[in-house]
Amino acid sequence: MSDIAVIVENLSKRYFIGHQSVQRERYTALRDVIGRNALNMVRKARDLVQGKQILHGDAVEEFWALRDVSFELKRGEVLGIVGRNGAGKSTLLKILGRITKPTEGRAILRGRVASLLEVGTGFHPELTGRENIFLNGAMLGMKQNEIFRKFDEIVAFSGVERFIDTPVKRFSSGMYVRLAFAVAAHLEPEILVVDEVLAVGDAEFQKKCLGKMQDVASKHGRTVLFVSHNMAAVESMCGSALLLADGRCTAQGGTAKVVPEYLREMCRVSAVPLDERTDREGSGDLRTVSLSLEGPGGSTVSAFQCGAEATLLVVTENRTRREVRGLRMSLGIDNEMGQRVAVLDTALCGAQIPSIRPGREGIRVVIPRMTLIPGRYRLTIYLDVNGIIADWIKNAAIFDVEAGDYYGTGRLPSVGEGMFLMDCRFIADRLGQLEAVGAAPLAGCW
Amino acid sequence: MTQELIIEAGRTERGYWRDIWQYRELFQIMAWRDVVVRYKQTVIGAAWALIRPFLMMVVFTVVFGKLARLPSDGAAPYALMVFAGMLPWALFSTGLTDAANSLLGNASLLTKVYFPRLIVPVAAVMAAFADFLINLALLLVLMGWYRFPPSWQIMLLPIFTAIAFIASVGIGVWIAALNVKYRDFRYVVPFIVQLGLYVSPVGFSSNIIPEQWRLTYYLNPMVGVIDGFRWCLLGSESALYLPGLSLSTAIALLFLWVGIRQFRKMEESFADLI
Repeated sequence: MSDIAVIVENLSKRYFIGHQSVQRERYTALRDVIGRNALNMVRKARDLVQGKQILHGDAVEEFWALRDVSFELKRGEVLGIVGRNGAGKSTLLKILGRITKPTEGRAILRGRVASLLEVGTGFHPELTGRENIFLNGAMLGMKQNEIFRKFDEIVAFSGVERFIDTPVKRFSSGMYVRLAFAVAAHLEPEILVVDEVLAVGDAEFQKKCLGKMQDVASKHGRTVLFVSHNMAAVESMCGSALLLADGRCTAQGGTAKVVPEYLREMCRVSAVPLDERTDREGSGDLRTVSLSLEGPGGSTVSAFQCGAEATLLVVTENRTRREVRGLRMSLGIDNEMGQRVAVLDTALCGAQIPSIRPGREGIRVVIPRMTLIPGRYRLTIYLDVNGIIADWIKNAAIFDVEAGDYYGTGRLPSVGEGMFLMDCRFIADRLGQLEAVGAAPLAGCW
Repeated sequence: MTQELIIEAGRTERGYWRDIWQYRELFQIMAWRDVVVRYKQTVIGAAWALIRPFLMMVVFTVVFGKLARLPSDGAAPYALMVFAGMLPWALFSTGLTDAANSLLGNASLLTKVYFPRLIVPVAAVMAAFADFLINLALLLVLMGWYRFPPSWQIMLLPIFTAIAFIASVGIGVWIAALNVKYRDFRYVVPFIVQLGLYVSPVGFSSNIIPEQWRLTYYLNPMVGVIDGFRWCLLGSESALYLPGLSLSTAIALLFLWVGIRQFRKMEESFADLI
């Protein structure tokens, strides 16, 4: 069994979290405040003597971030770890990366392990790019002569040759990330553990990183554990996948089996009415309470049609007692693979939403012509008031786009061909003489 | 030969010291980083390492030597005696302070990368050691200025430097670990250092301590170190009290052993608590 690289058996991790008990009286009496603080101090002193962790609050709850996770990986296999936020993916990687110890269970790793939980770990702003390459490389476990050998390759991959002797604090964030990833990309461990680090940088860089990851996995035969929200990346790079939910492993096996499970789970989540959703961030002064779809003419529809007018009616609730001004709304549209295909943003469109009065009000987001190809899409809703996040729900709702007559010819691209429909003209050029093909511009295009 | 690593709850890391050897290059780089970053973008640079002990020497010489008229060690000038004591004390106090705060200062590393955490506080003490070397150069200049030539005993200086280093690492590592769990220790360290400056024989010679308290006085490991330093640098003008010195050395070693043991016990939970 020497070709099994990773064995994980019943791995579990428990954390203790403190809770502040709820104020029952409407006003706080000084007597109560003093009493509560005295009790807290006694409790903390007792914890200190017993060597326990000091927690804020009165009540303590046990929280299992990971519970009974088991799997095995052969040498050269690439495992994708997927799940909602908070499912325990990062905790699993932290345990395998020896950053934290498990509460129960064990893991056996055969070979040199390198974990990439963040790009640029250890980068010091005062040191130059060159010095940071050596520092970061040493931290990731590379030997100094190894870094020397690969130095030119690393610098070439990052694309920051000109600035390699400037302190890193002068770098732009893009340059910083490219340099950090360049060092990480040249690691040569037997087992590589990667945590969503590919989610940074611009699109071109992301492609480069994915390509390098793919090389690492296929050409060099390394065992890789890869956490991602990008289903396209998971499907293309990973042979098998593991689905985590609330710390437990709910599905395991080939990507063809696990990815649809994940998508189904995401559907279940967004089926919960927006009003009741608890997985949101933000101050909560302004909240999204419902979302509905409207077609041309304002009628409520169950799905959009490509080529037709599409409207999203977002109902918000202002829970403060004043009018809210300076609202920015941003709707992110992701396809089923988890790729962000479009953003509808008041800041980008230059739209000014007038003040929102206390209570519920609706905002209609009108898309003149739906250009997305037929399929299922997920919506992320983001609201901020003067720059402070008020409400942010990822995977807030799902909507479908159905086939419609975009081009007026009744024809649409086949499944898998492109993500968008685009208007276009075809004009023949007889090298000097312009002559339209056909009698008139193609119907539906202009 | 592929190494096999077993991660299990409650399992003591048998390969810990092997890991530290494997990560020795990281240790060198971190020590280098701590030294270099101290003086980046400063104009006077390394001179800052000299100014503080030098000024303290001037103040102590005036206060204890001239005003209080305390006796010096043998025939050595008071200023030289003070500076010879200042040197190891600066190493100890800077080393201790930097080591104690090192884990908190590198918090982001502790949650993202694996390496034996013992490297962090020890690298911080190395940075203090670099300052020490600069001060040593200044001391030799001073000795030249006072025309006080060093004798053969100066060869034994590394031993006492090592004891100061060990004391600094032992206590520093322990407090660093405690600091992660209970942030109060961040305030304890400056207090110990300030108190220690007056309790240890930096500004005065240890022969003013009355006879019945002499041995007890050496419970403070730095007393033995400072006396040793003075003996090495100022020659046979200052005497060496061997029982006291052995006690100080033993205490320093005890702190090293306890400190590292406690550190390793608490190391597992750093990432969860920081």
